[in-house]
Amino acid sequence: MENYRIHGATGEWEVVIGLEVHAQVTSQSKLFSGAATAFGAAPNSQVSLVDAAMPGMLPVPNRECIRQAVRTGMALNAQINPWSRFDRKNYFYADLPQGYQISQLYHPIVGEGEIDVVLDEKNPEDTTKTIGIERIHVEQDAGKLMHDQHPTMSYVDLNRSGVALMEIVSRPDMRSPAEAGAYLTKLRQILRYVGSCDGNMDQGSMRADVNVSVRKPGDEFGTRTETKNVNSVRFVMAVVEAEARRQVDVIEDGGRIVQETRLYDPDRNETRSMRSKEDAHDYRYFPDPDLLPLELDQAFLDECAASLPELPDAKRARYEGELGLSAYNARVLTSDVETARWFEKLVTATAANAKKPEADVAKQASNWLTSELFGALNKLGTDLGSSPVTPESGAELLGLVASGTISGSAAKQVLELMLETGDGAAAIVAREGLTQTSDTGAIEAAVDAVLAANADKVAEFKGGKEALFGFFVGQTMKAMQGKGNPGLVNEVLKAKLA
Amino acid sequence: MADLTDLGVAAIRDGVAAGTFSALEIAEAFNANVAAASALNAFIIATPEKALEAAKATDARRAKGEALGLMGGVPIGMKDLFATKGVQTTAASHILEGFVPEYESTVSQKLWDAGAGMLGKLNLDQFAMGSSNETSYFGNVISPWRRADGGNAAMAPGGSSGGSSTAVSARLAPAATGTDTGGSIRQPAAFTGISGIKPTYGRCSRWGIVAFASSLDQAGPMARDVRDCAIMLEAMAGFDPKDATSLEMAVPQWEAGLNPDMKGKRVGVPREYRMDGMDADVAASWDQGIAWLRDAGAEIVEVSLPHTKYALPAYYIIAPAEASSNLARYDGVRYGLRDLPDGAGLQDMYAATRAAGFGAEVKRRILIGTYVLSAGFYDAYYTQAQKVRTLISRDFAQAFEQCDVILAPTAPTAAFGLGDKSDDPLAMYLNDVFAVPASLAGLPAMSVPAGLNREGLPLGLQIIGRPFDEQGVLNAGLAIEARAGFAHRPAKWW
Repeated sequence: MENYRIHGATGEWEVVIGLEVHAQVTSQSKLFSGAATAFGAAPNSQVSLVDAAMPGMLPVPNRECIRQAVRTGMALNAQINPWSRFDRKNYFYADLPQGYQISQLYHPIVGEGEIDVVLDEKNPEDTTKTIGIERIHVEQDAGKLMHDQHPTMSYVDLNRSGVALMEIVSRPDMRSPAEAGAYLTKLRQILRYVGSCDGNMDQGSMRADVNVSVRKPGDEFGTRTETKNVNSVRFVMAVVEAEARRQVDVIEDGGRIVQETRLYDPDRNETRSMRSKEDAHDYRYFPDPDLLPLELDQAFLDECAASLPELPDAKRARYEGELGLSAYNARVLTSDVETARWFEKLVTATAANAKKPEADVAKQASNWLTSELFGALNKLGTDLGSSPVTPESGAELLGLVASGTISGSAAKQVLELMLETGDGAAAIVAREGLTQTSDTGAIEAAVDAVLAANADKVAEFKGGKEALFGFFVGQTMKAMQGKGNPGLVNEVLKAKLA
Repeated sequence: MADLTDLGVAAIRDGVAAGTFSALEIAEAFNANVAAASALNAFIIATPEKALEAAKATDARRAKGEALGLMGGVPIGMKDLFATKGVQTTAASHILEGFVPEYESTVSQKLWDAGAGMLGKLNLDQFAMGSSNETSYFGNVISPWRRADGGNAAMAPGGSSGGSSTAVSARLAPAATGTDTGGSIRQPAAFTGISGIKPTYGRCSRWGIVAFASSLDQAGPMARDVRDCAIMLEAMAGFDPKDATSLEMAVPQWEAGLNPDMKGKRVGVPREYRMDGMDADVAASWDQGIAWLRDAGAEIVEVSLPHTKYALPAYYIIAPAEASSNLARYDGVRYGLRDLPDGAGLQDMYAATRAAGFGAEVKRRILIGTYVLSAGFYDAYYTQAQKVRTLISRDFAQAFEQCDVILAPTAPTAAFGLGDKSDDPLAMYLNDVFAVPASLAGLPAMSVPAGLNREGLPLGLQIIGRPFDEQGVLNAGLAIEARAGFAHRPAKWW
């Protein structure tokens, strides 16, 4: 990885970045109550007595949320703490019914781990960088204030109140916007593989607090600022760039960086101060007396470990090693868990149809998926998640090509019709009469007709203009309405022109 | 027939079951006493219709030959710290005045399921913070007891369960619920000549009880005698998946297990509880208790609880710390009082609401709690107090290697007059000095009446047991009760 530097008036500066990512745990119910967690429900329709902090209500930990946090830690090769504890973080705000957030300050459930990131996914030669994870703890989300419902009052929606979050805290190991972006992308990829967070940043399921400081290369860390609630990879990278630039300008103008919380304004692409350390809250953290320490037994840990899926790096290595895919295809197909699942179903079905080992059909399947289907979906402005073509129907199409029933060019046509109609490949081929002809007699007749009608071109060809071969192939295929087996057409033409 | 309101839990339950009287007659008799006792201010609201409704249901079940439950036909008073569905629940505070929950606390629900009925919601110290029932927004509870000096000075019924102690002592209810954070069942029981037990922490669900200090709060019964306490505790206790600190243990049959024979039992007498300048009557009562238990067959052993003197300071750090956080939810946003001055923003609303909604003692404890948790002071106070708490638990564990139960006074004095200590929080807090250690250690402890002091006021003796050994505590209480023969009751003046 090359060194990212900010060029200031006094020389070059290095940026130091750490991310605190809040990831909403995928679970049916909240961290300490039975209320539902679905996105987009009517305001205050998913609020239990506990979430509204009614008098005498008590939190009870949700086993599934704990399980997901542990599985996430395991996927990040992190230390799992079999003994952890919940603390209260006390502050007053209208979206915080209890007057405190239940979190884990002193004894988080997950300790140190790491993530390997590659900056240039398309470049197999690019080096890997390891970013340290300091800790993961679980905590409650707050509700949401709505300021646009009434001219003088604010309304509160408590649907999010009490939803489980994992706060994944990195080490200050990143040194460029690209590294921060790559880290967040990789983290999101892993969370989606594990199934512990859906990673929907536009729905707020994942958001990052971006810690940025600058220093002259080799110096001690500078004073950092924290830009809160940044909700896309692109914005995280923009925050790093804008905030680092701002800090360099402040320092070079003789100012000092103050430790403070900032907000990002994407319209102006700048950060601005939210509150400084001087008026920061004293959160008065202390162990939540409503909850006993969380003790994880070995059986629980074993189940968490056993339930982990194949993770992206392992999957990519297998695609390259066992399935023989190109490094590029392996990366593309493993970049998202849904894509990988789709691909694996496609390979399984294709291999079953052909009665061949998966390794024999994987390459064909990966090429078709990454070039043909992705291209076609892209043109339609959609993606694999909403593709009308299923892995099974894709396998059917690939089978027709492999058996020589249809030509590659007919396959493109069939795919278009499949996307349009949702019908199966074989049905479309039959209906449209796209079965290719391997009847040598018919091919020879067509070739003869083409050569006879183009005697001048035949002469040119024989005179050395060999590029005309493609013209004869095209004319023959046209004459046969695209149904001629291209291999046989080639063979016959070669023989007749020899 | 004797006055029905002289009957306790067991007598009512058995009499209703036998058809000696109906549950309705019982409920009507107690409703009448409640209605006639407004001078005591024991109830924040009376719910005679609830008592009648439950009584009728019990009578109907009996008519059909169905089982009547552990508390079948017994009307009780409910401390107004328990959420009662459809019935105002205030914690004796202005901030929750008018708050009507849509849910029923686990403990109260268990009591209704066991056949009990509700006479009303009992007054208490505001948010259970107090030792004299002088901090209620709804006014002081007046003890039915008076000094035997011919005067009419109003006496403290103890706190925080002062409405409960007064109601039981004055025959307004055969029994009542209490909660005990640092003595709030035991001290008022002692002040009014009744019995009360705080079970092991976790025995009774805290779900639906307005929280004071979560790691200490525990519900328990207050009644005329030990058997009644055993019956009612059986109805109140039990594992509750809605309370993460609830004990996942079966509820023993404490009533059936009652046995006043102390043969083979060792009773520990903690040397550190015998303090300099101890009230002579209290000291004498303690000695009498020792003699009674020896008479019941117990072996008396001296034990040491060396960290006793640190218990009260530690308690007055931990309890306010938890309270300062527990009471943050009363903010005027969702329920209860909202004070929104003209043009006020959110912070102004918080300030105005909480200034108007909390009483002085509650504010004092929120301030103490906020202070001890704040940055720079946390380790010196809260962390240190938690260490003390651990040492106190260890003291008890070591003492229980040498004895089965511990005997001590419940409170350092008999009841004091209302107003006598209300200007001196430290003097007031000292009332809890014997009660607080068992709370910090989460141990079962009860107070039983031992006799009267020279002023004619009741004194209580406290029995502290091992974790989960409510039976041992009740049995020792029964042994004392049998020998004390405490038959005193306040002369009716209200």
